[in-house]
Amino acid sequence: MPNQRTGAQILCEALIRENVEVMFGIPGGAIMPFYYAMWEYRDQLRHVLCRHEQGAGHAAEGYARSTGKVGVCIGTSGPGATNLVTPIADAMMDSTPLVALTGQVSSLVLGKDAFQETDITGITMPITKHNYLVKRIEDIAYAVKEAFHIAATGRPGPVLVDITKDALQAKMVPNWEIKLNLPGYKPNYNGNRKQIREAMRLLTEAKKPLIMSGNGVTMAGAIGELHELAERTGVPVVTTLHGIGSFPENHPQNIGMPGMHGWVHVNRAIQECDVLLNIGGRFDDRVTGKASTFAPHAKVIHVDIDPSEIGKNVKVAVPIVGDARNVLRALIEELPSREALAELHGRASDWLEHIREMQDKHQHKQQYLNRPDTTNLMPHDVYAALTRFLNARGQYRVVTDVGQHQMWAAQLMDWLKPRTHITSGGAGTMGFAVPAAMGVAIANPTDTVWAICGDGGFQMTNQEMQTIMQEGLKNVKVAVINNGYLGMVRQWQELFEGKRYSGTPLSGPNFRLLAEAYGWKGITVERVTDVEGAIETANATDGPVLIDFRVEREVNVWPMVPQGKSIGEMITGTPQA
Amino acid sequence: MNKHTVVALVQDRPGVLNRAVSLFRRRGFNIESLAVGHSETPGVSRMTLVVEAEDVEQVTKQLYRLIEVLKVSDVTSDPTVEREMALVKIHAPSGSRPEIVALTGMFGAKIVDVGYNTMVIEMTGTPSKVENFIEVVRPFGMKEMMRTGRIAMVRGAHTHQAPADATESGNGHATAEAATLN
Ligand SMILES: Cc1ncc(C[n+]2csc(CCOP(=O)(O)OP(=O)(O)O)c2C)c(N)n1
Repeated sequence: MPNQRTGAQILCEALIRENVEVMFGIPGGAIMPFYYAMWEYRDQLRHVLCRHEQGAGHAAEGYARSTGKVGVCIGTSGPGATNLVTPIADAMMDSTPLVALTGQVSSLVLGKDAFQETDITGITMPITKHNYLVKRIEDIAYAVKEAFHIAATGRPGPVLVDITKDALQAKMVPNWEIKLNLPGYKPNYNGNRKQIREAMRLLTEAKKPLIMSGNGVTMAGAIGELHELAERTGVPVVTTLHGIGSFPENHPQNIGMPGMHGWVHVNRAIQECDVLLNIGGRFDDRVTGKASTFAPHAKVIHVDIDPSEIGKNVKVAVPIVGDARNVLRALIEELPSREALAELHGRASDWLEHIREMQDKHQHKQQYLNRPDTTNLMPHDVYAALTRFLNARGQYRVVTDVGQHQMWAAQLMDWLKPRTHITSGGAGTMGFAVPAAMGVAIANPTDTVWAICGDGGFQMTNQEMQTIMQEGLKNVKVAVINNGYLGMVRQWQELFEGKRYSGTPLSGPNFRLLAEAYGWKGITVERVTDVEGAIETANATDGPVLIDFRVEREVNVWPMVPQGKSIGEMITGTPQA
Repeated sequence: MNKHTVVALVQDRPGVLNRAVSLFRRRGFNIESLAVGHSETPGVSRMTLVVEAEDVEQVTKQLYRLIEVLKVSDVTSDPTVEREMALVKIHAPSGSRPEIVALTGMFGAKIVDVGYNTMVIEMTGTPSKVENFIEVVRPFGMKEMMRTGRIAMVRGAHTHQAPADATESGNGHATAEAATLN
């Protein structure tokens, strides 16, 4: 038969049709036919062999989050597939477009506890936007097309495609005449006009309005629109952990990050505001604290592409379902008359001034960064130097892991551009940063990619340093904020559990030597005076570099809202330990 | 917590029932009754769910997140026709049969099988009528009982129909096997 293809070849061609450039994975029995076929397409489809499927998944996430394109990861059946579960859940929580391809045992033995059989569609049902078990070669091309469409549109998310080995091995003449037929999937991109008008009316009449910008603004590419709305109304803007970079932190209207480790003046502003326009944020409990006490005086306007997010955690006065960019554009079109706008602007600047006064009364960024004492190395010294350095150079991305170092990075560095701050927010997955940085580095070869890790999370996935080496990714630099503890948990134990440091003191190998074992350059920094030099060296080195920053061991992240408390009840601590 | 009757139209695709149910499980909503079957549109099934939930809006919104879900309606406060069917097998020695036959007639139920010492009765009606009937025949000795769960349809001209394009044509996944909602 002419032009016959195996299922695996069809899969490769389907991926090329989706403009996939790179895939991260590990082969194995059930997925082997796909790897066999991949060889023919190796000029078009780059495959990165990771050291653990979790690494492959996070790498695909890093690729996706830094570009907005769909990330692709691959695992074989059984343990290969289950190792992808964590990144899939992570992608679900942070709305990351991801397609996970897994091999499945042959349909002839499916359900018989065959070697390496796992019901991965069953396992991932609650953590995927959608998933497929494909048992027939005829369905491969369609499933791939649908999977990419679902992953990338509406509220982005992970989609898993599990394909049986016999379907990959079967042959047929492929049919590329595919029309998507998804009558039940019609994301609403345009917000309702009436609601948009109502939102604008509330905003125009507000005395203390606030805009909260979330990940949806970045994902919708609505940076310019947000800028325009903010500047024309004069309304102060808060950026959530994932909204960081959607509005530049050096803009006079950006007041900072809210939430559990947000700044006091930001949380106070939320508790005082009378209209809160949340665009593309989902009111995570790390943002709201005790939800019933959140923004008690505010009429909340919530813009989200996913209707199920609206009214889930916080009571909403004006729900707007739609794409952040379209809704922002529509809001701009509905701006009031010049006089009304001027009045709003006036009230908003008084309000902004009031917020800035609150800011001056409480510790914030500068107080943490400008510390007089230079004897012992504090985490803050690293952030101060790194920020100075990165701001001067420009082309960079920062990926953070999970823990204290993550919060310090969000608080203390200057976030100016979208998609430059990449972190695991919703799931809080330790081990995210090193593999995600790999994906970011592949997608952005001209940027320097800094992974900032704790010594705990770093030890979860550091084997991907070898993948980074094998792929020749010279633009990856790792900064380990090494405090010899699972720091964030230790902080909670210190504050709320009478310093019972149960299961938190942590040792590590000599990270410099470990780096060298992987062929990286390794640097150890123990003194404040060596910080800048190490960062300069890392940047000047034509290859991956790890810096082990041995910081003061028991430093806390301040300020902090204790779990279950209102964001109005922050513990401020002291700037220095 | 309040009981809500929710009617959902779903595409017949593998796993759809599982997805819907697991969604409720995850949110801690208790499903009291669930009935699924084909609808008037080929490739589309209609589900009736009776759920206990504080916030039914969240239930419907969550269901809409599923790719295969075409339409969800909370019909709790709509005027509806609600039906349920039960098959009951009761102890029926010859002495008690006349009484059973009389009761069956009064409820408009049907005797569908008569055995040596047993009878199987088919009872269809509103859920409360079915409930009443079961309580009335229980004293004879209940050997087996099976209920279908509730189905509900809004009265009058108002319909809960799938969008016109929701047919099985052109959909690689709506295989005969898929139509069994496995
Ligand atoms: C996979 C995983 N396991 C456990 C946790 C719980 N957890 C949150 S923060 C944290 C401590 C992180 O320690 P480290 O990586 O050393 O960073 P630090 O807080 O010291 O900056 C832990 C254990 C988690 N978030 N992820």
